[in-house]
Amino acid sequence: MSIWPKIEQAIKDRVLILDGAMGTMLQAYKLGEEDFRGQEFADWATPLRGNNDLLNITKPDAVRGVHASFFAAGADLIETNTFNATTISQSDYGLSEHAGAIAKAGAKIARAVADEWTRKTPDKPRAVLGALGPLSKTLSLSPKVEDPGFREVNFDQVVTAYKIQIEAMWGYVDALLIETIFDTLNAKAAIFAAKEIFAAKGQDLPLIISGTITDKSGRTLSGQTVEAFWHSIAHANPFAVGLNCALGAEEMRPYVQALAKIADTYILAYPNAGLPNAFGEYDETPRHMCSHMMPWVEDGWVNIIGGCCGSTPAHIEKLADKAGKCAPRKTPDISPALCLSGLEPFSLGAA
Amino acid sequence: MQASSSFINIGERTNVAGSARFKRLIVDGDFEGALSVARQQVENGAQIIDINMDDGLIDGAQAMTTYLNLLASEPDIARVPIMIDSSKWAVIEAGLKCVQGKSVVNSISLKEGEKPFLEQAELVRRYGAATVIMAFDEDGQAETADHKFEICKRAYDLLTANGFPPQDIIFDPNIFAVATGIEEHNDYAVAFFEATRRIKKHLPYARVSGGLSNVSFSFRGNNPVREAMHSVFLYHAIKAGLDMAIVNAGQLTIYDRIPDILKQRVEDVILNKRDDATDRLLDVAQDYAGGKRALKKTDLKWRKDSVRDRLAHALVNGITKYIVKDTEEARQSVERPLHVIEGPLMDGMNQVGDLFGAGKMFLPQVVKSARVMKQAVAHLMPYMDAEKKLLGTEDVSNGRIVMATVKGDVHDIGKNIVGVVLQCNGYEVIDLGVMVPCEKILETAKEVNADIIGLSGLITPSLDEMVYVAGEMQRQGLNLPLMIGGATTSITHTAVKIEPAYTDNSTIYVQDASRAVGVVTHLLGDNADVFKRETKAKYEKSRAAHARSQSGKKRLPIEAARANKCALDWDGYQAPKPSFTGAKIFKNYDLNIVRPYIDWTPFFATWELKGRYPDILEHAIYGKAARDLYRDAQAMLDKILAEKWVHAQVTLGFWPAISDGDDIQLFTDESRTDKLATLHTLRQQMVKSEGRKNYALSDFVAPDPINQDYVGGFCVTAGLGEGSRVRDFKAADDDYSAILFQALCDRLAEALAEHMHERVRREFWGYEKSARFGVKGLVAEDYIGIRPAPGYPAQPDHTEKATLFKLLGGDATGVKLTESFAMHPASSVSGLYFSHPDSLYFGVGKIEKDQVEDYAKRKGMALSEAERWLAPILNY
Repeated sequence: MSIWPKIEQAIKDRVLILDGAMGTMLQAYKLGEEDFRGQEFADWATPLRGNNDLLNITKPDAVRGVHASFFAAGADLIETNTFNATTISQSDYGLSEHAGAIAKAGAKIARAVADEWTRKTPDKPRAVLGALGPLSKTLSLSPKVEDPGFREVNFDQVVTAYKIQIEAMWGYVDALLIETIFDTLNAKAAIFAAKEIFAAKGQDLPLIISGTITDKSGRTLSGQTVEAFWHSIAHANPFAVGLNCALGAEEMRPYVQALAKIADTYILAYPNAGLPNAFGEYDETPRHMCSHMMPWVEDGWVNIIGGCCGSTPAHIEKLADKAGKCAPRKTPDISPALCLSGLEPFSLGAA
Repeated sequence: MQASSSFINIGERTNVAGSARFKRLIVDGDFEGALSVARQQVENGAQIIDINMDDGLIDGAQAMTTYLNLLASEPDIARVPIMIDSSKWAVIEAGLKCVQGKSVVNSISLKEGEKPFLEQAELVRRYGAATVIMAFDEDGQAETADHKFEICKRAYDLLTANGFPPQDIIFDPNIFAVATGIEEHNDYAVAFFEATRRIKKHLPYARVSGGLSNVSFSFRGNNPVREAMHSVFLYHAIKAGLDMAIVNAGQLTIYDRIPDILKQRVEDVILNKRDDATDRLLDVAQDYAGGKRALKKTDLKWRKDSVRDRLAHALVNGITKYIVKDTEEARQSVERPLHVIEGPLMDGMNQVGDLFGAGKMFLPQVVKSARVMKQAVAHLMPYMDAEKKLLGTEDVSNGRIVMATVKGDVHDIGKNIVGVVLQCNGYEVIDLGVMVPCEKILETAKEVNADIIGLSGLITPSLDEMVYVAGEMQRQGLNLPLMIGGATTSITHTAVKIEPAYTDNSTIYVQDASRAVGVVTHLLGDNADVFKRETKAKYEKSRAAHARSQSGKKRLPIEAARANKCALDWDGYQAPKPSFTGAKIFKNYDLNIVRPYIDWTPFFATWELKGRYPDILEHAIYGKAARDLYRDAQAMLDKILAEKWVHAQVTLGFWPAISDGDDIQLFTDESRTDKLATLHTLRQQMVKSEGRKNYALSDFVAPDPINQDYVGGFCVTAGLGEGSRVRDFKAADDDYSAILFQALCDRLAEALAEHMHERVRREFWGYEKSARFGVKGLVAEDYIGIRPAPGYPAQPDHTEKATLFKLLGGDATGVKLTESFAMHPASSVSGLYFSHPDSLYFGVGKIEKDQVEDYAKRKGMALSEAERWLAPILNY
């Protein structure tokens, strides 16, 4: 039986904890080219080091270990290691054909670890979010300066790529997480793909949608403000909407606040462990990160929190310890209005 | 027009069916021109733009896709929502696949029955759009109020029963032409108003829209009458509950300004008040037909504003063309010339500062604003000097900052930018230039009674010089804040090395130009003490963190690192032979050839526009600033090349070589017996994971003469003549051009280095035969062999440049080395060439004392001196 009803119950009572960074944790295994290749891809023509999702097949123990470490730290929800498990993103490695298998393997690993931990702590149900990343190609921006109308990929291709991934993870994940959205049109294609699959299967999965504000301009990479982003994806009726990546908790604060004000659904936030230092590493301490995020909890802005790049089980443990028992944000009652958007939001208030 | 503030204008001109001009642009494929139509609509106040490509001559889906994709890269247009307008579902769907925002579909209807209607509505939802629904069913378009409402209610009930959100429904109850001479048409407007009232009353959350220009269709050719009809129609429709309409946003007459007679007769027509209303309107229509609109020149409209507004406009938009004229006009209108600066000019610059602070203007634009400001001030200077003589007054500024690039360093682009930004904010900047000795900085600071000293530097030895200046400030008791900036500086270095040398006052690291104003404002503001205390506390933390991190960084003994060297397989290796040995000089190298080799990404980074070229040109936020800058850069580059503003020179050479431990011996000839020079290299000492090597550059050269290996060296400069032109620009108060020029010379030097490396690989050393890489490949470093530069990560010791320059012929290279081994002119690049296919770029990282002792011995240098040059990489 699905664990999700228990999650829906729990989120009414307290702030839920999402896991931290998969990539950062995998780095600690110091895996080399051979580890990434495993036996399965020993003879693959292109280098595969850095293709973290491939480890679902070639080094499942490492992935399993990371998931377990986040559950041990107190996470309620984990993300599958499938950020790049689409035909489009895997094409960088010539592995498009294997994208589905990679996604499926990732979903299975996460499912098994989650079930194991749910058995271990039955009063604390653990769920799996199937992670759909932003893709290595984008629908709103041209890679060619001389041809701004050019697109490397079209909407239908992106929909197909996401459908393959969702189909592969089906049956193993409790919800879908469309995350690190820097181009909202890619996310809209992911939503479109999900809805098509839901229609075909006759069953919906909860959708969780998380955008990325790239810097203090307060915009996504494709130029939208937080409010415009929400207007653009609200049609998905997401279980939760939020922000992740690019910023540390300190910098993310105003955007979490803005989103919490306008979105009549659960709010999630999982910032990076600070901004990268001079060496491109994330070094914000758990205590520091937590001290920036606790006010969000105390002010009733969030329902789910966790960490993105650079966040370790120690970060998640701190968050779980401090916030995991706190009262969650109350979803505000927002009266229906015509809400549109370009790069900026547009709404027409009470009729 | 009179409208409630919540009434929405939807721009109509981007419609091939409604605008002949727009249609021609699309048919001709002039999408650039077609974009400007959209831009005009937004500038004129359109809050949504309606886009329609329905025409027999046009492939609608294709044109919609192309247009919307292009529009996505124009942030000033794309900020508003799009209304995707077509009678063909395929065109609408093509449009929906291109928009990231939430758009409006215009339109769907019941004309083909309920099934296709609901299917299309479901897709609208899946794509995340709202939709217009026409009052149109299987029997046709509704004309009476009853029929209009009946269809709308049926559609509403169907949609909401199927889960469609009512707030995403916008009804279009059909605006038809009135005053057509056909009696049945006379009540069309009234029917629309009545239907609107009922929709708003009975169908909660739904909205009402319409296409306005239809109503006046019968008065084509008579714009004043048409506009009056539009205005009157809207006036009544909005009262009835109309939420939005597709209008020509630039052409709405204000209801109250319509001449009385015309208004009266139009009202009669619209409200169908009398049977002869149409005739009576026709009677007077001709009287208003003559009023042709003057062609609008929007770009010069600002010239009609007050002089104060003109000055602000010129500053914000960086326009120098009229600045002297306007400044003079302003001067004549005030009592003292200073009042122009303190009044309109500072107001304008404050706007610039606010926009910059809010992230709405970017550095290149601000520097252009500064150019305008400087030229205005330059015009006022003679008057102020005259006045000063007359009155004996002193001028005032927010504060006085002495800035310099420290001794031994020649890099000043960043410092110049900081100077300009500070001047924009009312600070007086005394810029002492480059290679400024400590004494001169301190003397000047005392002499002019400076409030702050700012030091800049790019190469690593400058870090030490900054520590020295700080120590001298302490010793001489200057007691004023010290700002530190430049590419190699960091908060850690400032906290660990500079601040402890100067405890009398504050030392502050300024990360980039955009922070400079904030820091200075704090330092000179009322709460300076608080800011200084906080900064000190922050640096104290930074020092503690650094101390902690140091203890954690384990290094290998140098012998262990050597044992894990990158041992290449030299057995049977045939080293390629260069086409000549010794050094060769290429004077007046043609820079036109190297232009395509320019890597633009660092150019934009110089201007704090962060992002990869060419993506940055389309960046949602920086895009416009980047495009403007890029255009200016290309224009100047054309001139630099055509008018030979700078000369370039290349010196390169090859020498027979044998590696000898961590050193490389160079020989006079192929026999490899007479030593010419020794190149010293440094080895990585970090603890490596299994299988990873501890590299030194010497690993890439064969240790045995039998392999007949070589090492190359080069120095290229694109900066001969650079200095005098920079001075000319500055003298003309044109810092923007000065900085732009320096940044371009820098890029040309890098491009020249890249180009020469290619020639070396293909021609002079000739070991690379494959097809030519694109410039992208060059920058991505995917070619055979490397060209590491002394002072950079693979060999962090700048003093090795001395050996290299001696080999290349010293001054004959056209480049001089400063006492810190910076190259002068600054737009120069030097380095070594290695040919081995396994050679690669690496960073030496921190090294231990055992290696430094050995290195000093090999170089014949005192340990203390070696430690001074290697200070940034010492792990102890």
